[in-house]
Amino acid sequence: MEHVIDLHNVSKTYKDFSIPTMNLQVKQGYVTGLIGANGAGKSTTIKLMMNLIQPDAGDVKVFGQDYASHEKAIKERIGFVYDGNVFFEGLNLKDIKRIVGPAYKHWNDQLFYQYVEMFELPLKKPIKTFSKGMQMKASLAIALSHEAELIIMDEPTAGLDPVFRRELLDLLQDLMLDGKRTILFSTHITTDLERIADYIAFLNRGELVFNQTVHEVSETYALVKGGTDLLDRDTEKSFVHVQRAATGFEALTDNVNAVREVFGSSVMIERATLEDIMFYTKGRKSYA
Amino acid sequence: MQILISNSSKEPIYEQIANQVKSSILAGELEEGAALPSIRQLAKDLHISVITTKRAYEELEKAGFIYSVVGKGSFVAEQNLEVIREKKLKVIEEQLSAVISNSREIGLSLEEMKELLDILYRE
Repeated sequence: MEHVIDLHNVSKTYKDFSIPTMNLQVKQGYVTGLIGANGAGKSTTIKLMMNLIQPDAGDVKVFGQDYASHEKAIKERIGFVYDGNVFFEGLNLKDIKRIVGPAYKHWNDQLFYQYVEMFELPLKKPIKTFSKGMQMKASLAIALSHEAELIIMDEPTAGLDPVFRRELLDLLQDLMLDGKRTILFSTHITTDLERIADYIAFLNRGELVFNQTVHEVSETYALVKGGTDLLDRDTEKSFVHVQRAATGFEALTDNVNAVREVFGSSVMIERATLEDIMFYTKGRKSYA
Repeated sequence: MQILISNSSKEPIYEQIANQVKSSILAGELEEGAALPSIRQLAKDLHISVITTKRAYEELEKAGFIYSVVGKGSFVAEQNLEVIREKKLKVIEEQLSAVISNSREIGLSLEEMKELLDILYRE
């Protein structure tokens, strides 16, 4: 099984937001980062993957199985970490462990206490007294304690300080060592991703713009800077979006080779960060 | 094996890794048959993605510097002709650099140096 998650022609429509048709595969053994601005559809996509919402049309397969007939078996193998309060607020971690633990076949008490200690979490304080970062850590400790093969995290680094963010990335890399696990996480803090992600899936206004290896991204996208006199209807075709100023233009291309051919050495070509790609793509109305 | 990655370098990270491993092999620090760290271990140690170290190893494999055995890992390959040639070229470059700096010390021009090389080469 090469694809742990397979969204096939999935669509979902809300009053103010829709995913027209999405095809997205997540590769086993790698870290995939789901990026996009607020409202791009990251959380909706993750909820579809977790069967928290059902698609209007299309198939969602996880581990090659569908939720309709294998929900329990699928969930058993997923560790889900998400931003927000997953637990009953009045309970403490010990109570939660007593409730959640038995629900999983592979629950590992020893591992749980190990993570609690590592994350410096209090066992007997009610969750509602936890800071946002601590809640995330608690959610992560629970997710990691049932030896999940697929770890899905919605904005895991959002409420965390930079020190723990680094520690978390380290921990995730540890989990990836045996090559059997798969991690998918959504974020808009793209510097985290640029360190450890293998694949980047980029969403914009409910559409998947690309799902590529980090190398493919850096070999196709680039920032181009030059004088505005170089721009005309033809040369502009090589850009996703152009920003003009009195001092010159700055543009994003998704075809860096074409730009090299068209402009040669008359422009400056720089590596585009994921943030650049998000910023300039958002400026464009439709991707079709 | 020591590898240093610069985040501000224009050179892609996989190339930085491949080039450093290559230099270690050419310098004889990594000997034929020596095991390289696993792709995943190296990714973790360098705090980079698995696919980046994988790409670096693939480049090294393509260039004949290393080979991989499924389930066992990657190893420094027997040096092929191309590798040896590159090794030699590196030595020649170093020796020529020494020649150039010596020539500069006595004010020998590039033309004069070329002439000297011409004569010696034909002998």
